[in-house]
Amino acid sequence: MKEALNNLKKLTALDGISGEEKPVREYIISIIKDYVDNYYVDNMGNLITYKKGRGNGPKVMVDAHMDEVGLMVTHITSEGLLKFQTVGGIEGRVLVGKRVRIGETCVPGVIGYKPIHLQEKKERASAVDIKQLTIDIGSKDRERAEEKVQVGDMVAFSYDPVEFGDNKLMAKALDNRVGCAVLIELLKHSYEFDLYGCFTVQEEVGLKGAKTASYQIMPDIALILEGTTCYDVPDTKEHDMSTVSGDGPVLTLMDRTVITDRDLVNKIIDVAKNNKIPYQFKRTISGGTNAGRIQANAEGVKVAVIAVPCRYIHTPVSVMDISDFENSYRLSKRFLESLGVSIDLYREEGGKEYV
Amino acid sequence: MMHCGELIIKLSDLRAVSGRENEASDAIAEVFREYCDEVYIDGFYNVVGLKKGQASEPKNILITAHYDEIGLIVTDIEESGFLRFAPVGGVDVKTIGAMEVTVHGKHDLFGVIGAKAPHLIDPADKDKAVKFEDMRIDIGLSGEKAKELVTIGDMVSFNSPAQKMMNNRIAGKSLDNRCGVAAIVETLKELKKLNHDDNVYVVATVQEELGLIGAICASYRIDADLAIVIDVCHGDMPGTPADSSFPLGKGTAIGIGPILNREHVKAMIKLAKDEHIPYQIDPETGDTGTEAAAHAVAKEGIPVILLSIPSKYMHTPVEMISVDDVIATGRLAARYIAGREK
Amino acid sequence: MFELINKLAGAYGPSGNEKQVSALIRSILKDKVDEIREDALGNLICVKKGSGKKFMLAAHMDQIGVIVTFIDDKGFLRFGNIGGLRPQVILGQRVVFENGTTGVIWYEENIDDIKKLKLDKMYIDIGATSREEAEGMVKLGDQAVYAADTKLQNGKIISKCMDNRIGCAILVQMALNSPKTENEIYYVFTAQEEVGLRGARTAAFGIVPDMALAVDVTGTGDTPESKPMAVRLGAGPTIKIKDASVISHPAVKDRLIERAKSANIPYQFEIMTFGGTDAGSIHITAGGIPSGGVSVPTRHIHSSAEIVDMKDVENAVELLEHFVK
Repeated sequence: MKEALNNLKKLTALDGISGEEKPVREYIISIIKDYVDNYYVDNMGNLITYKKGRGNGPKVMVDAHMDEVGLMVTHITSEGLLKFQTVGGIEGRVLVGKRVRIGETCVPGVIGYKPIHLQEKKERASAVDIKQLTIDIGSKDRERAEEKVQVGDMVAFSYDPVEFGDNKLMAKALDNRVGCAVLIELLKHSYEFDLYGCFTVQEEVGLKGAKTASYQIMPDIALILEGTTCYDVPDTKEHDMSTVSGDGPVLTLMDRTVITDRDLVNKIIDVAKNNKIPYQFKRTISGGTNAGRIQANAEGVKVAVIAVPCRYIHTPVSVMDISDFENSYRLSKRFLESLGVSIDLYREEGGKEYV
Repeated sequence: MMHCGELIIKLSDLRAVSGRENEASDAIAEVFREYCDEVYIDGFYNVVGLKKGQASEPKNILITAHYDEIGLIVTDIEESGFLRFAPVGGVDVKTIGAMEVTVHGKHDLFGVIGAKAPHLIDPADKDKAVKFEDMRIDIGLSGEKAKELVTIGDMVSFNSPAQKMMNNRIAGKSLDNRCGVAAIVETLKELKKLNHDDNVYVVATVQEELGLIGAICASYRIDADLAIVIDVCHGDMPGTPADSSFPLGKGTAIGIGPILNREHVKAMIKLAKDEHIPYQIDPETGDTGTEAAAHAVAKEGIPVILLSIPSKYMHTPVEMISVDDVIATGRLAARYIAGREK
Repeated sequence: MFELINKLAGAYGPSGNEKQVSALIRSILKDKVDEIREDALGNLICVKKGSGKKFMLAAHMDQIGVIVTFIDDKGFLRFGNIGGLRPQVILGQRVVFENGTTGVIWYEENIDDIKKLKLDKMYIDIGATSREEAEGMVKLGDQAVYAADTKLQNGKIISKCMDNRIGCAILVQMALNSPKTENEIYYVFTAQEEVGLRGARTAAFGIVPDMALAVDVTGTGDTPESKPMAVRLGAGPTIKIKDASVISHPAVKDRLIERAKSANIPYQFEIMTFGGTDAGSIHITAGGIPSGGVSVPTRHIHSSAEIVDMKDVENAVELLEHFVK
């Protein structure tokens, strides 16, 4: 798992704001190309890989989205400052005082704000309106700024991964490079069934890539790998915590986009129990995942989600427990291995058969 | 061949509230027919035109612009003859008090949406917006007569004939998005002068204002290799932010953002620069609120370009656009299609 | 027909867990249709074969409910909503789980304004006094639905989940009557409507009918100080013109009106400004399927005591039979 963790760190150090996932995709291709039978990049930028199975079985899709939330330059002021809007869900409150990098050439910038000394009393106590913030790249004026940056350029947080504390990893974009890293490991093994490993795009802007990817594949079953919300910090009531870091992979039963397939989830629970892998359920039903889009594909797909709890998700300093990452991989792998011999699950009366 | 400005006025004055586009589809088909090899109206009243390409194995390019407009729908006919109504699409309730309307009943009926005289308004209510459910359409008929001519579900459109303004601008009720349809016609006109390899499918779509319905159907049925969406964006007005409103007369706004295809967008910008076609950049960090969101995820996914025509006062009966921008949009789209690598 | 409605309303079937309803319908229609199949989302598709046009009639099987998201030390259950629940409406209601465990929905009483009550300040009390005891009765992820019975009173039905077992009952009754026609009829009992019209989409994709109808419930405007709506209980089933998810295709709407008129079946027009139906997702599937709806006027939708009129239900069956002929 050392290699997997290193991969994860490298992945989080790359930038892949929704719509501009290329750096992440290229890196993934460089690793997986020797492990898969075939791969291609589709119209939207999804990386679709294929591993032929040893025998018959359902067609299985494993999805991990490559993109991360970030900012986009929307205007350059005459003073050379960059106005921006968020791409995906970022809270204005976390942006002030952050280091960022812009565009393909990674131009460094900072998000400044009026010092506390100069703020009115009322301003001090209120949240910052994103519209008031600008990125400063040190330029004197618009002309100089335009030499380096253009409207439409994507902006990523500029933070390196750090291992710290008791087996914790801090990094930007753990949502969802952690899923990508697990999927990369899964592709190193072979299975009974045909496996389509999909590294999808544009999840953070409305679950876009998974929709077109699943249409191309038409899977019977899909497993979605994710980084999910976690708020196990003081002063939070237990039922509001969403998930607990270090308590194991998270199984989603329901969120705003999906009710996962009960039989499939029960199957994963059995696998976890038999292999003594810890697991937990998500305690809130907020948020959404690609599972919703994939389930609704064509005539329908049975879906399940395995996620790694990530504190401070959608900020530059998200934190995960390394054991959750490792256990997510173990659970996913054991689950996929069990699929080949548990076809009976899909042989309900009147249901589809895969023998 | 109609001049672009005249065509925009003609199109803006058609009545096609979302869900009742069938009354206008023939008129649009007739306009397309002048420039296309084939024209048909599909089962949802999308108007589809095909201008064939010259390649032996042409690719398909899809251009869509919706032709539905926001409006109202009759929800009840009261004993007194007044009509209750609900909005169809994003109608701003502030804009419809004291408005002339046409109720599309058994035949078209003139009506007005009344408003309380200022003398009669309770001072406590003066700052509140009126609610749809508190307003009525007055068609000046008795309950009996009204029920004979009007049925629940009849659509209502606004009376606001398009007119020419200074600076080659036009104001009207449904320039969102009839000016987009006019830009499609400009594209076709321009393409007539150029050689193009690819098949060009132009579609004036329905029910965009209700959730991109026509576009979802069109890009599922037409297998396209590239889609171009033409719609309106916000024109700049006092108090609007610089990154989401655009001056009139400065050219089409080329969308850039996550769901729009980067390579095509870059190529489009380069073309505009090289050919000296005026353009602006429209940063779209989300779903764009246009048919681009439908095409991008249609089937296997279609690369999408979004071209927007700045329009002031969107979703009011006096939307305003510049004819120059419509022409620039058509030129840019046509040059892009004709200049695609073989 | 009340017997059938009573049976269907008694089955347990929150969104995502419609198996009981599906099994019940399957057992009733087993020998009455030519083919029965189920898809990945749990939609039950019953086909009466024919050589003519393909009609899809969709009624969703799922009902609103709650899902257990956390069990605390003292044995109280926290929950999330499945479908549209209003805190003030579910407060004090009994709910029942699939295994028969009963609970009551209550709230953290330190709130100063009951109007501000939110679901995360509410819990289910199953009478347990510790986490261990509770976990012996209910698991995380278990779902519960209203516990309430079904009464016929003066021609009206008062019951939980008339939304939309009444639609299911109408389709089952119709399939039992087996209207004579050349057309192919798909009686589709859909899953997961209440959480976003999900089942109907995949079902429609598999069928691609020539025309589709959602058979569901609609609100009324006949209760004291209700929002204005030109629909009354007992004045006939409604022909959908528009709801929040769809404007009915004119061909579907006109066919319904024409059939209702010629068969002298009372009907009303429905414009529902809130809430969508399966028609909304069928309509945009596979390049567009002309869709509309027939609904049963229903008071107090999404409460534990919805009210429908038997006359409207019977007329709906008749209207649909004429529609597919």
